[in-house]
Amino acid sequence: MNTIVEARFLGPDTKLLRIVAPPIARKRKPGQFVIARVHAEGERIPLTIADADAEQGTITLIVLGIGKTTKLINTLEAGDCLEDLAGPLGQPSDIQNFGTAVCIGGGVGTAVVFPIAKALKSAGNYVISIAGGRDAASVILENELRQISDEVYPTTDDGSHGFHGLVTDKLQELIDAGQRIDYVFASGPVPMMQAVAAITARYEIKTGVSLNPIMVDGTGMCGGCRALVNNQTVFVCVDGPEFDAHQVDFDTLMLRNRMYREQEEASLDAHQCKLEAHADMRRA
Amino acid sequence: MADLTLKERLNIPRQHIPEQDPQERVRNFQEVNLGYDEETAVLEANRCIQCKKPQCVDGCPVLVDIPEFIQLVVERRFREAAAVIKKDNTLPAVCGRVCPQEVQCEATCVLSKRGEPVAIGHLERYVADWEREHIGIQIPEKREPTGKRVAVVGSGPAGLSCADDLILMGHAVTVFEALHALGGVLVYGIPEFRLPKAVVQAEVDALDQFGVEFRTNYIIGFTETVDELLARFDAVFLGVGAGLPYFLDIPGEHLNGVYSANEYLTRVNLMKAYDFPRSDTPMFDMQDKNVAVFGGGNTAMDVVRTSLRLGAKRAVIMYRRTEAELPARIEEVIHAKEEGVEFMLLVSPIELIGDENGWLTSVRLQHMELGAPDASGRRRPLPIEGQTEEIPIDAAVIAIGNGSNPIIPQTTPDLEVNRWGNIIVDSQTMRTSKKGVFAGGDIVTGGATVILAMGAGRIAAKSINDYLNHPDVW
Repeated sequence: MNTIVEARFLGPDTKLLRIVAPPIARKRKPGQFVIARVHAEGERIPLTIADADAEQGTITLIVLGIGKTTKLINTLEAGDCLEDLAGPLGQPSDIQNFGTAVCIGGGVGTAVVFPIAKALKSAGNYVISIAGGRDAASVILENELRQISDEVYPTTDDGSHGFHGLVTDKLQELIDAGQRIDYVFASGPVPMMQAVAAITARYEIKTGVSLNPIMVDGTGMCGGCRALVNNQTVFVCVDGPEFDAHQVDFDTLMLRNRMYREQEEASLDAHQCKLEAHADMRRA
Repeated sequence: MADLTLKERLNIPRQHIPEQDPQERVRNFQEVNLGYDEETAVLEANRCIQCKKPQCVDGCPVLVDIPEFIQLVVERRFREAAAVIKKDNTLPAVCGRVCPQEVQCEATCVLSKRGEPVAIGHLERYVADWEREHIGIQIPEKREPTGKRVAVVGSGPAGLSCADDLILMGHAVTVFEALHALGGVLVYGIPEFRLPKAVVQAEVDALDQFGVEFRTNYIIGFTETVDELLARFDAVFLGVGAGLPYFLDIPGEHLNGVYSANEYLTRVNLMKAYDFPRSDTPMFDMQDKNVAVFGGGNTAMDVVRTSLRLGAKRAVIMYRRTEAELPARIEEVIHAKEEGVEFMLLVSPIELIGDENGWLTSVRLQHMELGAPDASGRRRPLPIEGQTEEIPIDAAVIAIGNGSNPIIPQTTPDLEVNRWGNIIVDSQTMRTSKKGVFAGGDIVTGGATVILAMGAGRIAAKSINDYLNHPDVW
């Protein structure tokens, strides 16, 4: 069960995994996620379904190795299995023919954006995709986006690839150039989504964001993923993950995402050696 | 001892169940109650005067034949005693530990009028443990296969008991569980020190051996809809349990350090966060911290006692009524006090206060007094104007109950729910508005007890059997 059939790095710490999960592949809609566990003592983490192939019965996950669990997932290779995989979860994305849609991904957030850009294109939108990263290596899915977008703009903080600047700089440039924009969808680090929301609010452009809070069960039981949207408590796992960007309290989300920072660092440190040994073993 | 006189029976004091020493147990997660030994169980059983018209049975939600099983304990016929209980209760090792006996069978025990009731719960537990430890959980004879297939959604007490009865009736049963582990609230909610996971696992294993099929990581509504289930099963039972936790709706609930009881207990029990970093799921570091728990039910007691075991310096129940109104089982309250839990009564949190980094630092409490009785029959707590107090705390856990899970109603449009999202059923048959679909447990009643959920699962099983025999009648 949950066997990985393809595993390859897209960037230094970002890995694409294609996994056999026929019921999830059949049912998943753009914007939904899965909960995964990597081993018997593992934590439950949410991962957006980046793509799926119902006929082959596979789903694609793209994982940025940043903590113990994600780094451990990124040691997996074709033939390995995930301990647990449950989904699809969450409300599907709001897909309509808006007209012109700008889809903005920051870092691994581009993996969240990709299925939504694809669906927006299928729904008849003129799709402009912006995929940002620190440097050339951290811009992911650029070629995939080119196949389903009308325009694609990679951006890098250091100017090593594409547009030199932040994704929001590119968005502002498009607006300043008179580009008509009817809808913006953004996913990435919280400050990035917040910055996108600030710009589109000024121009009253409808904007959706996919939130990434800490979750435990992911099925509407624990309440850990609560966020403030329009000053109301929402549960991202069942009410989201997509919300109106102009109503999200990003500051609260950012603070809540730091809740376990110390433990996460300790956990990572404690296992770093083990992970390296594991990777060495694999290579050998 | 079999021929004791009535007077001799009445003179036997209620036998206390041995417990781990409070100083000791507050530092571990092992079970608090250690259980009777055989002699103590037989002695306690001898306290039962075998009433002609036993009231205890009426106090039991599933009508276990209590005098009969107790008489079998007197005769040391434990195997038969277990069989008697299991005619009506599929999870006796669980119910013997977590049922609120003091408001059920033991409340109606004749002896309680003059003194202490027979310790029916402890005896039930003894018999169930004896069976599991000495001869293994016995599986009654299964009927000929009927060729009918039933999907049971949720593997908590409602689902497990429903599955148990259905398989005995000869139907093929598949249990679908959304989480990665089986047992529902018995494994994510109730702590190890009150209900060891091994006890739950033994029940699940017995069902598995008996042919019940289990599918974990399977979210009915999303992975497969109820309508899709109906295409490949003859009936569906929905026992998905309680849903999203209620919050207090006060400022500061989004601060770090503030938990719902569901999240807190799930992290510790299901995800073993107490064993971090050996287990990967982190938890707020309780070591030497001040923890406030809002609420007064069993869940609040589970949380506050768990906090002490995680190293909290001070763990306080903050409850808006008085001790007399605490909804928790008496045993839990006593155990909590023995372990050093503090009780602040007649207070209600009105604000959670944090620092500039978003971490909880204190709670502002409103002092309350009791007014006239409300709809629940309990006296309504009313704020005393101007009397508030700020208390420094490091962590807060909100344990004031749960709403319903929205996934199944949202994905099953013709399933009727009430305004709280609970599934509407006929209380006699557990039939929902949708043909072939039955429901029971917390998803119907809102947060209740294990025994009520189990009872609902069993009523549903009987009703499903009737329906499978007459599928044209709904």
